[in-house]
Amino acid sequence: MSIAWYLAVSAVVFSLGAVGVITRRNPLVVLLSLELMLNGGNLALVAFSRMWGNGDGQIFALVVMTVAACEVCIGLGMIVALYRRRLPIDVDELRELQG
Amino acid sequence: MSAFLFFLAAIGVIAGAIGVVVMRNPFYSVLALVIHLLSLAVLFLLLRAEFVAAVQVVVYAGAVMVLYVFVVAYVGDASESIGERLSGAGPVASGLRLGGAILGGAILTELLIALLGTGLEAVDGYGAGYVPGPRAFGTPAYIGQLLLTRFLLAFEIASFLLLIAAVGGVVLARRRGGLDEEDDRDRLTPLDLLRPQGTGTTAEGVGRHGS
Repeated sequence: MSIAWYLAVSAVVFSLGAVGVITRRNPLVVLLSLELMLNGGNLALVAFSRMWGNGDGQIFALVVMTVAACEVCIGLGMIVALYRRRLPIDVDELRELQG
Repeated sequence: MSAFLFFLAAIGVIAGAIGVVVMRNPFYSVLALVIHLLSLAVLFLLLRAEFVAAVQVVVYAGAVMVLYVFVVAYVGDASESIGERLSGAGPVASGLRLGGAILGGAILTELLIALLGTGLEAVDGYGAGYVPGPRAFGTPAYIGQLLLTRFLLAFEIASFLLLIAAVGGVVLARRRGGLDEEDDRDRLTPLDLLRPQGTGTTAEGVGRHGS
């Protein structure tokens, strides 16, 4: 298959992730949708890496995976902390940072 | 064969992504994401990125998803009531959801125009040449050599970022207020089994029993 097909799939996955981030209210699902967006970006990076026969895109994809793992760690820690403090697990109800 | 595998994996990737966004129960969303990640690993293999595909399956579908499943099981009761509230949402919420879907469609259109309407001829090609071998493109040896020579700084920064995230996760999720005093006093030590009560230790002398 030509590289363009992979790029089209990555664009679809990225847009689906964006829709999930905007429309869902459960922060767990928002984090999952963020993973979708990162994976769309990863697929495009690996496809471009294959296109040029150059390993830089794959290294970039690995670094993106690392950042995604860190983001999951912090995000899930925040969700557990919210649950412990009996705050609502809902991104529309959380307004503590508004001051 | 390659085209058949591509379409199979691409359908899995997109169906998994739709499942993540659409499913009402977060647990099913996590399972849909696992399907998405496994199909994505097949796409990576088709792009000759063996090491990235292996990392995708081991780290993402293995470790990160287990973390998600644990947290979903931990806060599961709260998310049920969230789902009920979502179904009974007012017209403003449904309007916002429609707006989000329209925005997503706009992003998709823009990306497709940018990616497929580009003047690059290489996009329509099948990629650069590939010579099989022990140090070929995408093998662990190739990636490792790149990581430890050209991208050493990125490698070190990534490891430092992981350290910061680990410390942050412990700080965020730890239990506040320290240990319970009563738990500490009621604990049975091995010495309690060895010697009978009332043998005149210092603790009994000052009035503390059971230790």
